[in-house]
Amino acid sequence: MTAPDSVALYRMIRFIRRFEERSVDLVKSGEIVSGVHPCIGQEAVSAGACATLEPDDIVLSSHRGHGHLLAKGCDPARVMAEMAGRVTGIDKGRGGSFHPSDFSANVYNATGTVGHGSGIAAGIAWAAVKAGKSTVVMSFFGDGAVTQGALLEGFNLAGLWNLPVVYICENNGYATTLPVQTAVSGTITGRGEAFGIPSSTVDGQDAETVFAAVSEAVERARSGGGPSLLEMRTYRYHGHHTFELKTRLKYREQAEIDEWRLRDPLDIQAARVAADVRARIDDEVERELDEVVRFAVESPRPDPADATDHMYADGFRPRAGVSL
Amino acid sequence: MPKLSYLKALNRALGDEMTRDESVFVLGEDMNFALTNVTAGFLDRFGPDRVVEVPLTEQGFTNFATGAALAGRRPVVEFQIPFLLLLVFEQITNQANKFLLMSGGQRSVPVTYLMPAAGWRPGWGAQHSDQPYSLFAHMGVKTVLPATPTDAYGLLTTAIRDDDPVVFFGPLASLTVREDVDYADLGPIPLGSGRVHRAGTDVTVVALGHLVHEALAVADELAAEASIEVWDPRSVYPFDWTGLAESVARTGRLVVFDDSNRSCGMGAEILATAAEEMRLTAPPRRVTRPDGAIVGAVPELDVVLQPTRAQLAEAVRAVLKSPGW
Repeated sequence: MTAPDSVALYRMIRFIRRFEERSVDLVKSGEIVSGVHPCIGQEAVSAGACATLEPDDIVLSSHRGHGHLLAKGCDPARVMAEMAGRVTGIDKGRGGSFHPSDFSANVYNATGTVGHGSGIAAGIAWAAVKAGKSTVVMSFFGDGAVTQGALLEGFNLAGLWNLPVVYICENNGYATTLPVQTAVSGTITGRGEAFGIPSSTVDGQDAETVFAAVSEAVERARSGGGPSLLEMRTYRYHGHHTFELKTRLKYREQAEIDEWRLRDPLDIQAARVAADVRARIDDEVERELDEVVRFAVESPRPDPADATDHMYADGFRPRAGVSL
Repeated sequence: MPKLSYLKALNRALGDEMTRDESVFVLGEDMNFALTNVTAGFLDRFGPDRVVEVPLTEQGFTNFATGAALAGRRPVVEFQIPFLLLLVFEQITNQANKFLLMSGGQRSVPVTYLMPAAGWRPGWGAQHSDQPYSLFAHMGVKTVLPATPTDAYGLLTTAIRDDDPVVFFGPLASLTVREDVDYADLGPIPLGSGRVHRAGTDVTVVALGHLVHEALAVADELAAEASIEVWDPRSVYPFDWTGLAESVARTGRLVVFDDSNRSCGMGAEILATAAEEMRLTAPPRRVTRPDGAIVGAVPELDVVLQPTRAQLAEAVRAVLKSPGW
């Protein structure tokens, strides 16, 4: 296993953190109409996990997926433009913050149907194996997915056929407002073990711990050892979605948030990087994000006449909803 | 000329495509024993890497097919029971059929969902006899419902070659239909192209799936009373509205013979569109299933809820007798 690049991990965590904070600003200013599901607090999972991957490896993201996209190598400006519904976005504005894909970076999709990515990941991995490739598929989902039957059906196929999938559960403690302990019978790792899938719980706040654990799983997958499940213990400092800025749902105590702030993934990684290096990186990140935001908000919005573009591969369009 | 059955046409079309294109593979339950007979002989011909036996995990293997398609393969997913398409309705309509759109056109999901025994099974109870093709049209999923062996061959070939998800309904009542064919004449049939099975001048009967054969029988029975045109859309989505309009322009009168339920079914859509856009000289009629489940395990109860020849004959006579609007 290669050693983690502490500086690169710091830079990625810092980049995701500030990208997310900038995206929340764009929600407030009305540029991102959908709102977003910020991954602030969970950046070490994206940064550490994706740092183990090769460019040809494939990621399936989730609704809280901006960190996955950035860490897998998507162009940040085109990701932000996508979230803002611009034609320059990675999906021409059709995927948005919730359902992005970017095949140029091998991010295949972020299905909105929670838990269903596991079977899709198995299918991608199976096709890769049959094509003689050594591709690894990494499938991200939250703790809310582990109570979905479809997730387990995907686990079963991946385990049965020994497929090269690394399943990463970002357990941030809440499925929207529902605490994990009131939703999940048994354990999350037990769900993988039941299918013969090596499963472990990992400190998701420490990017280098994440990197080490995921590296082992990726190596196992790539060498024909089959799937793994890693439960990342993490936390989101923001709400489920930016609508909570208005609704102020009281499903958790401030003391709990404060306690998790003591293990902020940005601080944990910052402690491994010299102050002058950090200062330089922080400055570079801000300047890059200035350009990212400028690109996004200055990019053109789609023409309403194009609303039915891309619905069918052969260019077929549905009939209009109004009578002729 | 050789006789080709509908079931053998499916076997032949799928086998031909698997031979022609190595990216095509088939997966389904009881595949190792070719339970439905669609894949008879395939395990020996193509091997287990392309004839994939899956456990009872419909949502799992439907998503699996989506993944394999995103990775460049052309899966054909076989289902044994029509309601299974409702179990995976979300995976087809909300995932596979939307990924091209949500990716801004980057990558489509070329999966064929093959339901080779759709519709009523006498005595098989309330959960085995559905015919949910209208639901897929409602959701904008390409959906075909061929009635004859030649059309089954052609539309399964097209479905597999199409770059989008396509649902293929093979009516159970059509599987044993046989037809004289010259194999050289078999070939792909475009989606959205209807077919006049019998030309007529007094009334257009739009018949779907196995009801095409019932409609042809009724047209024979009523030949002394009326010249009935039997028109078959063959694919319910996209739908050949131009072809239907041409038929209605010839006859001016319309009856739809549809194995869907009445509410929001293809029959409803065809009548509505005809009323809006076509020159009907009399109010149209439809013959469908009532809404809801087929009753259950007693064929005598089931059969009165199926669209029948007698109902069609009555509807045709009523439309012909109508004084107009």
